[in-house]
Parts: sequence; C-alpha cells; structure tokens
Amino acid sequence: MAKRLMYLNRRAPHGSVYAAESLEVVLIGAAFDQQVCMAFVDDGVFQLLEGQDTSAIGIKNFTRAFKALGDYDVTELYVEQESLTERGLSAADLMSITYEDEDDDWNEKPSMQIVSRAQMAQLLEAQDVVFNF
Amino acid sequence: MATLHTVNKSPFERTSLQRCMDFALPGCAILLLEDGVYAARTGSDYAQQLKSLADVRVFVLGPDAQARGVSVDATIGVVDYVGFVELAVEFSKVQSWL
Repeated sequence: MAKRLMYLNRRAPHGSVYAAESLEVVLIGAAFDQQVCMAFVDDGVFQLLEGQDTSAIGIKNFTRAFKALGDYDVTELYVEQESLTERGLSAADLMSITYEDEDDDWNEKPSMQIVSRAQMAQLLEAQDVVFNF
Repeated sequence: MATLHTVNKSPFERTSLQRCMDFALPGCAILLLEDGVYAARTGSDYAQQLKSLADVRVFVLGPDAQARGVSVDATIGVVDYVGFVELAVEFSKVQSWL
C-alpha cells in the first residue's frame, strides 16, 4: 500500500545543502510510487522565490528543478501563508510550478497551494512519514 | 578603529543580525552576505531597521542577492567581490556574525 510521504522544508535554498538534498531525495523517492507531497514553511518558502540566478556564486541553481516535479508525479506543493507574510512575501513573488493532469485531458494545473498554518498542521498530521530538511 | 560587521545568516532563523545591529557603532559598516541578504529585501522590516542605525553604512553582496532572487532595498549599497575586499581593507577589523 502506498504511504503518504511529506518532505518538510524549513531552510533557505543556497546557504546550506539542506534544500538541494531535499529535492534530490524527492526526485529519487518519486520513482517508488508513493503518495508524495512537499511542504514549505519558515525560511523554506525562500526556495520558491522567482528570479534566482546563481551564475555569479558558482553553484548550480537546483531550484530550477522544482519546475520538473510535475513530470515525476509530485504535484502537491504546500506553502504556508504565515511564513510568506512574516517575510513580506506573497504568492506573486513565487515561481510558477505546474503539472499536467492525466485525469483531466492533460490540462496544466498549478502544483503550489498556499495554506494556513492551521491547515499545514492538519496536513502534517495526515502523513505516514515526514522527512525533515 | 572602526569595524566591518558581516552577517551570513537569515534574520528569520538566527539572531545574528539583531546582535550585529546591537554592536554596530557609528563609523562601522555592515555587510550582508549568503543567507544574510534576505534582510535586504526591498521594503523589509530589517531594511528599515538597518537604515535607522546612526552613521552605519550598510551593504549587501550582490552575487548572493542575485542567487536568491532578492531585490535589494534602495537604502542599501550593493558590492561585488572586489567591493567586499575593499571594505575588508578599509576597516581595521572584520567581525563575522555567524
């Protein structure tokens, strides 16, 4: 039976290796036919900022791979509203991440959902396994 | 004997920037780099606090802001790696708030 797995991201993208490793594990784990979602809270929301360009600091911009998650059937990305607000951000500051819904004539749909802290707590509780990054 | 203070941690995750601002005296400068650049976002509360420091110049390392998609507040100076070195030379010491 497929388990519900959540990858909980709480770190900014380039100052440590956590965020890049999380995405790596998500992409590997996606091959195992589990029910996978990602959650972004605290500084984790910075991972999704539009306009990141790492060319001048000599590292790979792994955040581009967020856009490929749909191809790996990772279509649920939850972003906590309170974390955005605390950082002066809104959904408009985030990159656009979509997937093609095979159950709906491959229509392109947004993968990202903005949820409240209370909703995030419920989502966390509903998982079988939570991986923390 | 003025000091260049550097902060490389997110102000939302650590108290490094807060402590740095407590210790930065007139004539000192603050350079935000790595995850410290999130404090420099246009219109952020931290940018306002930095601006209110008396006679303290504030800079951000441009490549780190660009990497993180951070638009830098107009009150904060942007330097490149050469500018970083020039600041380090200009001040008698560098205090790194980790």
